[in-house]
Amino acid sequence: MTTPALEIIDLNKNFGGLPATQNVSISVQPGERRLIIGPNGAGKTTLFNQITGDFFPTSGTIKLFGKEVTRLRPHKRAHMGLARTYQIITLFNKDTLVHNITLGLLGLRTTRWNMLRPLATYGDMRTEAIRVLGLVNLDHLADRPVTDISYGEKRRVEIAMALAQKPKVLLLDEPLAGLSAGERTNVKDLVASIPREVTVVMIEHDMDTALELAETVTLLHYGKVIVDGPHDAVVADEKTREVYLGH
Amino acid sequence: MSKVEATDTAAAAAAPVEKRNTPLRLAVYAVSGALLLALPLFSGDFYINLASQILIAAIFALSLNLLVGYGGLSSLGHASFLGLSAYFAAWFFTRGGMDHTSSALIALFGTTVVAGLFGLIALRASGLGFLMITLALSQVLWGVAFRWSSVTNGDNGLSGLTRPMPFGLDINGADSFYWFSLVIFAVSFVLMAVFTESAFGSALRGTRDQPRRMAALGFDVWLIRWITFVYAGFWGAVAGLLYVYYHKYIHPTSLSITASAEGLLAVIAGGSGTLGGPVVGAALVMILKNYASAYVERWNMLLGLVFLFIVIFMPEGLVPGTKRLWKRFTGGGK
Ligand SMILES: Nc1ncnc2c1ncn2[C@@H]1O[C@H](COP(=O)(O)OP(=O)(O)OP(=O)(O)O)[C@@H](O)[C@H]1O
Ligand SMILES: [Mg+2]
Repeated sequence: MTTPALEIIDLNKNFGGLPATQNVSISVQPGERRLIIGPNGAGKTTLFNQITGDFFPTSGTIKLFGKEVTRLRPHKRAHMGLARTYQIITLFNKDTLVHNITLGLLGLRTTRWNMLRPLATYGDMRTEAIRVLGLVNLDHLADRPVTDISYGEKRRVEIAMALAQKPKVLLLDEPLAGLSAGERTNVKDLVASIPREVTVVMIEHDMDTALELAETVTLLHYGKVIVDGPHDAVVADEKTREVYLGH
Repeated sequence: MSKVEATDTAAAAAAPVEKRNTPLRLAVYAVSGALLLALPLFSGDFYINLASQILIAAIFALSLNLLVGYGGLSSLGHASFLGLSAYFAAWFFTRGGMDHTSSALIALFGTTVVAGLFGLIALRASGLGFLMITLALSQVLWGVAFRWSSVTNGDNGLSGLTRPMPFGLDINGADSFYWFSLVIFAVSFVLMAVFTESAFGSALRGTRDQPRRMAALGFDVWLIRWITFVYAGFWGAVAGLLYVYYHKYIHPTSLSITASAEGLLAVIAGGSGTLGGPVVGAALVMILKNYASAYVERWNMLLGLVFLFIVIFMPEGLVPGTKRLWKRFTGGGK
């Protein structure tokens, strides 16, 4: 059996006594497309925050490619090939799109310690950043500040910033949230076009829109895994209907 | 979708975002440089000395601005580094029996090491926590300077330091000290400007705007802040050296919260996160302090009023605020 790209073992997280993650165990294989669904407040984002290291769990273990990272600081996990997007758009608003993406490139390069040469003079990084913006059809806006672009475009910059890092494991937190029908199709195509060697874990709380992207699905409710398995089995499961499709 | 893209493309071609080193900007640098150089030719000792003090305050404000403006870390203890460096230089020269070079090197090195230690403690927090810890640490130094009289001479301060002779040049006169300060200021300004414009500087600004995202992108936010803290401490020490050479005297008030607050005021009034802002802000504070204090007894109150005025009418600071108005009047702004 291959080493899972991401393995979560018996994870627990309490916020001041309130459990947000309860005995969660999930294993994601390299190249898998995993969808995490669950109602508002189910603990989906909290789970992501523990995978990235923004919060440390109360107990349990997180492994990336077999290596334990449970208490590793976030930037070290990024260097192991982990990247994420945020449910609440988290961009550098005053800066241009190309600068935003360039920061994504810079984070993994030793150039980030260079205290002499201006970032804008690295032609290779600019070229690469514009290529990445092209992946989300935003290269024509490269030199515009984030404040000038629409909400849907910002969502695409979120994804582009993570893609720029050529991650091995990509965590997408509600990448379709707040998008129009047309924009949804765009982003869905974009996610579908991510190279197969990238492991993708995607949160969506509206099941229908994201289901076609997923091979495996995990349903969270009150911080617990309710159902977990192949796409069709989860959809057919009685408990899924109860928790989710019921209302 | 397609309609939006069409208009955006047109605008993108028309609006390049902020070009660095435009002819206007270079001209501003050249003219102000020439004026600064020529200042002693057309003004008396009072203004020359004021100008020297402004240059020293400007180096101090620029170094604080690395933390406040570029790092988003408001410190109320930055005078620690100016004061410590001044005390080191004065003590090792007058009591340690060292020459100027050794005492100056000890002052720079010793202060930078202390900045490293203070950074370890203060950067356990950010925001208000950071502000309080920097304040507390500087209060400790201030207390030590006051109470440990056997070493610091307490409330009497340390005197007896002479000015050095860099490269054999006498800098005892007002003019020559001014030129000396101007050279040090120019070097400090350029090196701090290079730092903020560098790839590292971009990362630093990123940690100010979105620290969580920066960590997720692979940046060690803590280390970036610590390095900046130490670098700022070093330039604070440079300002302290000039300060103690100018006054030939150092007193605990240079370590006080008032001294730190004046620096912070200069940064915010001039425009934090810009290079020109702290220089203009420092000039404003020093002019009010030296000039207005002759006429207005409570110059602190006047400073407060001026500051209030700036915060209300130009919340972003004098330099960015003036630029904004300039753009509006010339029709350059959109
Ligand atoms: N930093 C925090 N401090 C305290 N409680 C938190 C924190 N973050 C999340 N929670 C709580 O943990 C629970 C799970 O929140 P989380 O954001 O993970 O839900 P979610 O599944 O992502 O929901 P949504 O679909 O609304 O995004 C909620 O009850 C929330 O209030
Ligand atoms: Mg969420």
